[in-house]
Amino acid sequence: MALTTAPEQRLRAVERTAFAGVFTRETTLFRRVWRSTTFGSVVEPTINLIAFGFGFGYLVANVQGIPYVQFIGTGTVAAAVLFSSVFAGMFDTYVKRHYMKTYDGILATPVDVPELFLAEATWIAVKSGIYGCAPLLVAMVFGLPPSWGMLAIPFIGFLTGLGFAFMGMWFSGIVPSIDSFSYVQSALVTPLLLLSGIFFPLTGFPEWLQKLAELNPLYHCVQLVRHACFGWELTQDVVNVLVLVVFACLMAFLAIRALSGKLID
Amino acid sequence: MTASPSVPPPDVALSLRGVVKTFGDLRAVDGLDLEVRAGTCLGLLGPNGAGKSTTMRMLTGQAMATEGSIEVLGFDIPRQSKQARARMGVVPQRENLDEELTVRQNLTVWSTLLRVPRRERGAAVDRALRAAQLVDRADSRVSTLSGGMRRRLLIARALVHGPSLVLLDEPTVGLDPQVRGDIWTLIDRLRTEGVTVLMSTHYIEEAERLCDDIAVVSHGRVIARGTPSSLVTEHAGVEALEVYGPPSRLQDVEDLVSPLGFSTRRTGPSVSVLRAEALPLHVVDRIADGVRRPANLEDVFVLLTGERLEE
Repeated sequence: MALTTAPEQRLRAVERTAFAGVFTRETTLFRRVWRSTTFGSVVEPTINLIAFGFGFGYLVANVQGIPYVQFIGTGTVAAAVLFSSVFAGMFDTYVKRHYMKTYDGILATPVDVPELFLAEATWIAVKSGIYGCAPLLVAMVFGLPPSWGMLAIPFIGFLTGLGFAFMGMWFSGIVPSIDSFSYVQSALVTPLLLLSGIFFPLTGFPEWLQKLAELNPLYHCVQLVRHACFGWELTQDVVNVLVLVVFACLMAFLAIRALSGKLID
Repeated sequence: MTASPSVPPPDVALSLRGVVKTFGDLRAVDGLDLEVRAGTCLGLLGPNGAGKSTTMRMLTGQAMATEGSIEVLGFDIPRQSKQARARMGVVPQRENLDEELTVRQNLTVWSTLLRVPRRERGAAVDRALRAAQLVDRADSRVSTLSGGMRRRLLIARALVHGPSLVLLDEPTVGLDPQVRGDIWTLIDRLRTEGVTVLMSTHYIEEAERLCDDIAVVSHGRVIARGTPSSLVTEHAGVEALEVYGPPSRLQDVEDLVSPLGFSTRRTGPSVSVLRAEALPLHVVDRIADGVRRPANLEDVFVLLTGERLEE
């Protein structure tokens, strides 16, 4: 008679319960700090939008056939998404790992490194998707006509925010100290912002710089947001989405690998 | 002696065999063998840097052994460390509570992380609040709690899911004696409930009071193992004769007993002669100013390692 061995308890790479545990911690904390977080994420892009809208709007009436205030309003959505994801990924992750030792505690519960950071990045992405809508509402006050495509904007913000949250987490795992983030901000975040078509179209840039912009995930986010507001361009938008998906996957891989190395001896 | 082959071996809650952990050139854990019976409290006694914390981290899969095998609650580590972690509670040496949250919120979050079923979470949190004696502070923010309350919460957080194994890394380090007593009560209750406890400490009194069994750890290795009293009797005898005096006097005492094969240990202004119960009378007469005291675990530790535990 053949002996039957009990099947080994298989665990999925990402378990719903583990994900939910980390997510609960984030939402519980958010209930305490939502005012300050939301203020920063919403007010800064709004001020940008109003300043540029009035400042340049006075000089420039239309950009690519769109009133400038609407051009900058839709672009600022991407800036809001970037700010609420990459900095949360960088600073919060660094502080929780290095100073608060939060992750040492969580990893002693049945949560593995990929689950931990997938849950945290997802939460950041959800917030980014929501905060990204704030400039849109402001732009609507300034005359941006509503459209059905706008319903896609939280999802565009989510996808973009996921990639940039993981990018921030990756940096938090490779920088030698928290001061190094100022280099990241100057050398990477600012160029990404300027080379994305948020504030001005890139058509005035040399061709090589325009080609470079196509490697910028934020550029693809800006494209998607404008198309959502003013009309989809199917083939191009499929490419835009694909770029953001590939970006998020690559950053997730790099972030989880770097942070595993820091958290598991 | 008492063990007979017909008695089945007691359940083993965790075992480490030949475990080595290197960090570069440093061998933090160097061939560690350890077995803990289910339902007992084992103390890892050793100075800072002996490899206690690294050993604890290997049990949860937060550090990977370079060599050797580890089994926790029947699960192979690190392969099945997640299943093991679901059944154990871990109290870290460095506090990492969520300061911004209330006591109850901290416990609720942890009950989710530790997979307490949704319906049972409220009851589990209430139980933990009672265990930590924090019922009336349930809705206070952690940042407003005293050091002792925070430590009680840190322990209660690790017990919220009713673990069968609890790891405590230096549970009372840095606490004042009164608070230390509260923590000891909490740990002692675990033992009476049949929970297996592995505790690292460098406080002799803590080890003596709480542990069924002690493993003396030095340089990443277990160098002695036994009940507190058997370790003392075996290595340091029954009594020590402690002599206070200037260095020259202490030197005289050492010169007097060493040729007779007695061990001594210096503690600042005094020297202790171990196994004093066996000293010949003519020697005792010459150190009549000595004070007899029971031998203790610290004597054992110093004798075995040449190191001191507490600064």
